[in-house]
Amino acid sequence: MSKNPEFVKFDKVDKSYDGKVLVVKDLQLDIAEGEFITMLGPSGSGKTTCLMMLAGFETPTHGEILLDGNIISNIPPHKRGIGMVFQNYALFPHMTVYENLAFPLRVRKVEKDEIDKKVDKALSMVSLSGFETRMPAQLSGGQQQRVAVARALVFDPAVVLMDEPLGALDKNLRESMQYEIKHIHESIGVTVVYVTHDQSEALTMSNRIAVFNDGKVQQLSNPAELYEKPVNSFVAEFIGENNTFNGEVVDIANDKCKVKLANSEILANPISVKSKGEKTTVSLRPERALINPTDKMDNMFTGKIEEVIYHGDHTRVRLNLLGSSEFILKVPNSTSNLELKVSQDINIGWNSVDARALDPK
Amino acid sequence: MSSETKQILTTDGIPLEVSLKKAEKKNKIKAFLLVAPLLLFLVITYIFPIGDMFMRSVDDRMVTNMLPKTFKAMEKWENLDELPPEEVYRGFYEDYKLLAENQQHGKLGQRLNKEKNGFNTITKKLFRQIKRKKIDESASLKEQINKLHKRWRDVEYWQAIKRTAPPYTASKYLKGMDMYFAADGSIAQVDEDRRIHRILWLRTLEIAFFVTLFCFFMGYPIAHLLATLPMKYSNLLMICVLLPFWTSLLVRTASWMILLQQQGIVNDFFVMIGLVADDNRPEMMYNKVGTYVAMTQILLPFMVLPLYSVMKTISPSLMRAGKSLGGTPFVAFWKVYFPLTIPGIGAGCLLVFILAIGYYITPALVGGASGTLISNQIAFHMKTTLDWSFASAMGLMLLTGVLVIYWIYNKLVGVDNIKLG
Repeated sequence: MSKNPEFVKFDKVDKSYDGKVLVVKDLQLDIAEGEFITMLGPSGSGKTTCLMMLAGFETPTHGEILLDGNIISNIPPHKRGIGMVFQNYALFPHMTVYENLAFPLRVRKVEKDEIDKKVDKALSMVSLSGFETRMPAQLSGGQQQRVAVARALVFDPAVVLMDEPLGALDKNLRESMQYEIKHIHESIGVTVVYVTHDQSEALTMSNRIAVFNDGKVQQLSNPAELYEKPVNSFVAEFIGENNTFNGEVVDIANDKCKVKLANSEILANPISVKSKGEKTTVSLRPERALINPTDKMDNMFTGKIEEVIYHGDHTRVRLNLLGSSEFILKVPNSTSNLELKVSQDINIGWNSVDARALDPK
Repeated sequence: MSSETKQILTTDGIPLEVSLKKAEKKNKIKAFLLVAPLLLFLVITYIFPIGDMFMRSVDDRMVTNMLPKTFKAMEKWENLDELPPEEVYRGFYEDYKLLAENQQHGKLGQRLNKEKNGFNTITKKLFRQIKRKKIDESASLKEQINKLHKRWRDVEYWQAIKRTAPPYTASKYLKGMDMYFAADGSIAQVDEDRRIHRILWLRTLEIAFFVTLFCFFMGYPIAHLLATLPMKYSNLLMICVLLPFWTSLLVRTASWMILLQQQGIVNDFFVMIGLVADDNRPEMMYNKVGTYVAMTQILLPFMVLPLYSVMKTISPSLMRAGKSLGGTPFVAFWKVYFPLTIPGIGAGCLLVFILAIGYYITPALVGGASGTLISNQIAFHMKTTLDWSFASAMGLMLLTGVLVIYWIYNKLVGVDNIKLG
């Protein structure tokens, strides 16, 4: 069975609440069948609005949303057959766990035996067998979360939407739930559209990530590419840490460009700059800059240590480099590690291919 | 290890429990002192008056005190189907003579007349005889009194006197239910055409029930809107709900009179749009319609506020979840939203019903003859007939009714499920 690469399709979707400001601008997004896609962005970027439009609680101001080739803009939420996990779980507090899970099946007039079977299966999937008669209030946050996931999956929907489902959990539980949801997705192959503002969550779980900002998808790619090859400075800054240099392109060749900073020049990888004289922001991941590099690197500078922060598995070093005192280095903790001291001068080097010259901030 | 029940000691060697009690004692005293004024207030203004009301409603000592010798003598009256012995007549004569000297005989006559019609006449006759000193105290009083009027020879009248002997009576309660103690002491029903109280009780229940129902059907959507609208609209709506609440009850009732009277605004409007003919304006006041309309409006906030406070706590995502799981909007409402509002419905209905059942001013002003409630009857006996004991009895019956409703409600819904906010 071939997978439909356009299982869910946002086709030129606009959304405005007040007729003045567009919350979602000309959204074009295809989601493949069985894919785990994450909409990631700061609050107010339009990601939740997109999810609500897909669920049917908001209507697009312009454009169409297609599910498996059918336009669904005019279909009410209860006929879309899309499962949804809400931010605060939205478990029905007056029903037991069993009744909560049976709800979508009962409204579909599934037979009693079949309901029992499916509820059983869904509960064992989230390892909550034996909790049927509990009330939601008697469950811990993590257990409620799992019931919510089970409820969204129990009626075998084609698509499951998750709206920041892990936001209310503590850090450890959140991380273990991330893996759990990821494994459930892998085992049943349902299409998942996941909304979060937590980048590590997005990177951990997704096949692809759509980074939202200002109502637009800034970049849509797999986690590795998103981190390694951000296409603009918003994505570079939003995903992970990065060091930035603002300057002007003074020379540009095929895969290299020379960027003039306030009082020095660096070599960079031209991504969104095309010609001399353009302003640019160069982005460099902290772990790509090395201390006293043994290999030959095309950017070599000396900086002064301003601050050393111990983080357990690595040490963060803040440097004064090229006129900026905000340059961050991540040094892994190993036995061969050197003694790093404040106000010490060290040599730093990186390859120009890792320094991406993006649009100016 | 030693036994599990070993006492835990503090570091000073005092048992932990004792130490805890000591530590808590101060707080307990403080807490009690804080609530003491309220307790005192409740005792003075609530428990004591209700107790007094109860005493008043069963108190029947007037005759007991007026005719001490009679009742003493009546203890020896054995065959109640025959006229009492001479001693009873003598006792009654002596008591009555004393009353006549103190100008109290009229009260007795009236009181006995209530027990059995015709007493007033024959006691007055006796009074005149005593005044003219025509009774020979050395002769048989039984013969002389029996001669005065044939009713004195009727054993039923003597039985009536005997019935007033106990210092306490439930007769007021029976009267409230259109019943009375018959001559032989059994409970009998008032003639069908004179059963006004039962009609009033039923009407009170009926009006309270329907007012609660109307308030529910009107208040539920309002409360829902209030809970779901954006802040700026819901505040305005809240003021619209509360504004009448802040207006004097009398003013509101008066404005309903202006609206509902035959030449009133509502009728004018109906005539204007041609719904009714100008010479055939319907009566909307001084009947049940007026009571229903005005009471529903006045009691509506008591329904809306508890409902609102409950609905406010229901997350809108629950309805969304219901719909996204495949429930139609109606199913989502009925299976998810509605059950969660039951505590508010319970509180609102109980509040409105209990308030409605004892409502007074509004039915008094717009109710007319067919729209008045039991409380109007109570007020009538308080102010007009001055039969306070009867008013007290009916007041207590009303209170009992409310308690019974509360009890039934507790059995059905559970008071713990009530949420007032």
